[in-house]
Amino acid sequence: MRISLPNSKQIQWGAYLFLLPNLMGFLFFIFVPVLASFALSFFNWNYLTTPQFVGLTNFKTLLFHDPQFWKYVGNTVYLMGGIPINIGLSLVLAILLDKTGLKGKKFFRTIFFLPTAASGIAVYILWKWILNAQYGLFNIILSWFGIHGPDWLLDSNWSKPSLIIMGIWISMGGINFLLYLAALQNIPKHLYDAAEIDGAGSWKKFWNITWPLIRPTTFFIVIMSVIAGFQGGFAQAYVMTKGGPAGSTTTIDYYIFNNAYVNFKMGFASSISWTLFLIIFIFTLINWKLGKNGIEY
Amino acid sequence: MGLNINSRYNKSPDFTKNVVIYTLLIALSFSMLLPILVLISTSVKNEKEALKSELDFIPEHPTLNNYSKVWQEVKMGRAFMNSLIVSLIIVLGQLVTCSMAAFAFARLKFPWRDKIFFCYIATMMIPAAVIMIPVFILTNSIPTFLNAAFSPGNKIFSVDLFFKGTFYLGRIAGINSYFALVSQGLFSAWGTFMLRQFFLSIPKDLEDAARLDGCGLWRIYRHVIIPLSKPALATLGIFVFMGAWKDFMWPLIVTTRQDIMTLPVVLQLLQGEISTDWEVLMAGMVIALLPTILIFMLGQRYFVKGIQMGALKG
Repeated sequence: MRISLPNSKQIQWGAYLFLLPNLMGFLFFIFVPVLASFALSFFNWNYLTTPQFVGLTNFKTLLFHDPQFWKYVGNTVYLMGGIPINIGLSLVLAILLDKTGLKGKKFFRTIFFLPTAASGIAVYILWKWILNAQYGLFNIILSWFGIHGPDWLLDSNWSKPSLIIMGIWISMGGINFLLYLAALQNIPKHLYDAAEIDGAGSWKKFWNITWPLIRPTTFFIVIMSVIAGFQGGFAQAYVMTKGGPAGSTTTIDYYIFNNAYVNFKMGFASSISWTLFLIIFIFTLINWKLGKNGIEY
Repeated sequence: MGLNINSRYNKSPDFTKNVVIYTLLIALSFSMLLPILVLISTSVKNEKEALKSELDFIPEHPTLNNYSKVWQEVKMGRAFMNSLIVSLIIVLGQLVTCSMAAFAFARLKFPWRDKIFFCYIATMMIPAAVIMIPVFILTNSIPTFLNAAFSPGNKIFSVDLFFKGTFYLGRIAGINSYFALVSQGLFSAWGTFMLRQFFLSIPKDLEDAARLDGCGLWRIYRHVIIPLSKPALATLGIFVFMGAWKDFMWPLIVTTRQDIMTLPVVLQLLQGEISTDWEVLMAGMVIALLPTILIFMLGQRYFVKGIQMGALKG
């Protein structure tokens, strides 16, 4: 017997009512702004006078006549150097915690995640204090070993490594770690048992079983980290270094902020943000192509 | 014999292995907690003890003065309330708008459904910086439009409002308004996407049964879908709260009066102003960190599940 369900096959016009609140927000605050910012990138506009159409000039200036931009791209990429370290440590943490029979799993997980849960302006200010040359935790500990630590954030050689170290503290036990933990839990135990019978050691088991099986997770984490990395670095630099010393911690995102909301070069700022989008898009495509090989879903 | 092999094979290597693992885990936990210990201990120190170039976690004269100082004198209380109000409104807004839209995308049939949904997903890749510039311009010009349309005389939409002459209420719209702080956070493509994935996993039988009983769309949404999705809604709520509580760039560019600034913006302002009173600043930071840490502790189960669920489907 077939039961014919009313409504289920015909168009449900009421759906639009459900969609409406969200769709309005989407149109006003995402869809239209995306188009507007694209259009804006072809104009010069300082917010007071009428916008002036300049064609591709903003992009040309940015890419060919603005050494600052390339410096900030360099800074952003340098800071992204923390990503592989971060991913590696997250995996190590997850493997340590995944060992069966370990009591207090949840306890350690909570502690490891604390920095991520806390992260934000307060943590950046805290690290500004920790990296303080005179009173900071870092130099106090270094002084125990007779090392006179640098003035971390005020030294352009150390400012970027400082931020990378902070980033590792914030996120090594964060979202990536939780993702790895879930991935490790999904690996069938009998695979390890079989390998053990064949006499495989821990190292061999890791490279032949664990690593290939968590590859989809690694792939996902790399893609998300790279996307976030290119867009990141504003808040920490604004709070801790104001982008200095000598522009050594200014990232692309910070440069957009300065152009848009400090110098009110709305068109130029839009052209940087679209360039940023293109960079992210290209890198995501590359990651996708490289990472897809050998992954079976 | 078999017992012997077991004990040789499993127990003794496991024991040393566990000792090594536990030692490592405890050492790592300690390094995670160290900065937080510094924060808490400095926040209860007096000025003299705070500025000592040595490590000591237990101050000789612990004091809560820094807390009362930062709460009252620096008006941290107001900032805390602003952050709380803004974050809660945003959480509530997203739970309502995203779950309704997700219901439509996951369960209903209407023209352009897949095209609209594709637009949602496509924009998720676009950096926030791209979107923020036009949204800032829009936010800035809303009061001008509203004044021209409804209040050309006294320009009510761009006037600073006060309660009883002293308590700052902000403007109705535009810069320095609660409206600007919350409006763009009331919905999200990401939240809609996440809830849609969850709704798709709810068995359709229940819904069909409700339909046969003559339930309309609203009742199916309200009495079938929502009660079954509490874990997903909790996950979204926690994520959104943490995001809203920590959000910095947007509140920074749409507020210029301290009375309406959110906590992160006020903290940032403070550290510029009182570069010497670190212990007072630390007390403010502890206050700022408490809600997110508390929410994480309470909702950890949902939070962890949500992250893992999202990734496996992504």
